[in-house]
Amino acid sequence: MVRFQNVQKSYDGETLVVKDLNLDIATGEFVTMLGPSGSGKTTTLMMLAGFEPATHGEIYLNGNPINNVPPHKRGIGMVFQNYALFPHMSVAENLAFPLAVRGMTKSEQEDKVKRVLEMVELPEFGGRRPAQLSGGQQQRVAVARALVFEPDLVLMDEPLGALDKQLREQMQYEIKHIHESLGVTVVYVTHDQSEALTMSDRVAVFEDGIIQQLSSPEELYERPKNSFVAQFIGENNKLRGTVQEIGKDKLATVKLDSGDMVKALAVNVSSKGERTLLSVRPERVAIEPKKTPNTVTLTGRVEELIYLGDHIRTRMSVAGHPDFIVKVPNNAEHHELTQGQTTTLGWQAEDCRALDDLAA
Amino acid sequence: MTDVAAPGAPENITTSDGVPLKVSLARATRRQRMQALLLVLPLLLFLLVAFVLPIGEMLFRSIYSPIGPDVLPNFSKVIQEWDGEDLPPESTFEVFVKDMTAARESNEIGKTVGNLATRVNYEIPGSRGLFTKSARKVKNITEGPYKEALIGLDKRWEDQHIWRTLQRISSNYTMSFYLAATDRKYDENNDIVMADPLYQIYLPIMGKTLWLSALITFICLLVAYPVSYLLATLPLRTSNLLMIMVLLPFWTSLLVRTTAWIAMLQTEGIVNNILVFTRVISEESRIQMIYNQTGTIVAMVHILLPFMILPLYSVMKTIPPYYMRAARSLGATGTYSFVKVYFPQTIPGIAAGTLLVFILAIGYYITPALVGGSDGLLISNLIADHIKKTLNWSLGSALGAILLAIVLIFYWIYNKLVGVDNLKFG
Repeated sequence: MVRFQNVQKSYDGETLVVKDLNLDIATGEFVTMLGPSGSGKTTTLMMLAGFEPATHGEIYLNGNPINNVPPHKRGIGMVFQNYALFPHMSVAENLAFPLAVRGMTKSEQEDKVKRVLEMVELPEFGGRRPAQLSGGQQQRVAVARALVFEPDLVLMDEPLGALDKQLREQMQYEIKHIHESLGVTVVYVTHDQSEALTMSDRVAVFEDGIIQQLSSPEELYERPKNSFVAQFIGENNKLRGTVQEIGKDKLATVKLDSGDMVKALAVNVSSKGERTLLSVRPERVAIEPKKTPNTVTLTGRVEELIYLGDHIRTRMSVAGHPDFIVKVPNNAEHHELTQGQTTTLGWQAEDCRALDDLAA
Repeated sequence: MTDVAAPGAPENITTSDGVPLKVSLARATRRQRMQALLLVLPLLLFLLVAFVLPIGEMLFRSIYSPIGPDVLPNFSKVIQEWDGEDLPPESTFEVFVKDMTAARESNEIGKTVGNLATRVNYEIPGSRGLFTKSARKVKNITEGPYKEALIGLDKRWEDQHIWRTLQRISSNYTMSFYLAATDRKYDENNDIVMADPLYQIYLPIMGKTLWLSALITFICLLVAYPVSYLLATLPLRTSNLLMIMVLLPFWTSLLVRTTAWIAMLQTEGIVNNILVFTRVISEESRIQMIYNQTGTIVAMVHILLPFMILPLYSVMKTIPPYYMRAARSLGATGTYSFVKVYFPQTIPGIAAGTLLVFILAIGYYITPALVGGSDGLLISNLIADHIKKTLNWSLGSALGAILLAIVLIFYWIYNKLVGVDNLKFG
């Protein structure tokens, strides 16, 4: 459906905001571009919408190159960060705008506006001005306006950024449901990782103008390909060390800076002597683990305990790292820990990923 | 809003001491309100002394004209009883002769026969000599019949028109200045008629003032709109430079700017010289661009332009670029998006700018006086003439009051159309 081929973008002719972007999006897919601000994700979206020309490379829509197609001829629906509802028009007029542009008759317009308002559950709001709506209602109208002319592709640029947390979560599900029921292709931009994980079929993590990883939310969380993705998505414990040996089973032996030897899954380390950042999720760490051949164990000192109801967030000093987080589930047989106590902790070697060391 | 009790709320809420809440609130905020009043007091006093009183005095002067009663006190009383048929009775003539004799001897400023003659002359042009001549001789009439004696001095005393006019001005208040200001007058039968077409000057000038002001406002809008758009959308550094270029003339003296236009536009001026030099026009056909309407329009557009740009800019500045993008993404062409999405949002700025420029233009004085020649003059120039040259302050005041009324009417219409709350002046 959408294809970016070697797309590059520079605003000033000196630095590249988007570096050699290649991305294929299938029809009906929900793809999220996730990244910190300045990572190039919004620029990529703007190039797709036609508001920014690509400096190099080609963008295809349904197989046709669209670099020279002006935005109004691309037929792409777009939801803007600030909704961009026209303040001088009523909700119904806003919704009828793309229809009137396409030369539909008044009755057709009214028909479609009515249907789309029902879809976003605002059937009574056609006569109101955008300013008379709450943030969530404006958001729904903005989504409705991007969909009312039945585009195959809808772009959303941080559409939920201005809403409070509860409303945001509710809208995530609503957008997801609309996507599923209409079958449109959605390209969604956000810097909120939980939003990306909740809604998407695939997530493209952007950093420094490059897609660091493009995969399903599960894959992204469980198997980050590099340390940026590991740090950006979810919480992660970091341990630094040097690769001693990489075995046939893809398990690397790493000497931590504290001198401890651990095994970890080699993801993007390739040679002996390379610096590496070991990454392990807090929920994968167990206190006093049962020994199996692949269990890695270390000793740690409990520094701080934070009671969070369903789990106890425990900050420990492990191998010289004072901010090693362990989530101890608050279940029947959990270990009672006290501050200052020293205990063993461990994880499965394949849950610990040996990644590139960013700082090196 | 706040003093409307919520439905169902108990009326007369009191504090815990039993004092009604509103009384208590008023007491608590009294100090604040007094402070606020003290802060604006100097300005209020200044406005009262320097603005409200003079304007009130001018407006009053346009209907108040006590010359008749002042110069001829007794006559002014008895003439009121005349029914306007034939000539006034002999007794009235007697009082008139005695009042004239007394007035001749008085030389109190504003109460001389000369003042009276001027006043009557406004009503009946050419009648001045009748009064000055008669005043000199009237002291010789010492006994009746006064009517015959007076007519013997000058045949014109037989004319009903004179006496009707005297009767009219024997009141302290008069409409005649407003009539004159709208090119109307009393005819011999005391009916209001249009003045002789040759003497109709104020209505045409007022019409021209309105037309020129509208034209200037329109040109200002045409020129200012793209400039404001650039100002609002260009990157900050460029737009700051542009803003300085807009404001620099604004900070320059009005006189300097107007004279600069004289240097530019006169027949031996820069523009004509360039046109001749580039052979666009020949030496003989230099264009007269100043001391006429063209001069007034050009110079005033230039001077009033910032008053259009600034409100427009301040409104456009608040319109984020994503509205246009949204319109484009919904399938509208650039032009369509502009007309349907951008332009409607700039209407408060257009309204404010046009109102400001129009009101300023309608009362503009210096520029048309300097570059307007004779056909580029506006109503304010006529008002100034009456205040400074002919010294007919009452007529000047009447014209000023009409001008004020026009401005207020336009303001009212604007309020109906756009709503003054929507105006954005910057």
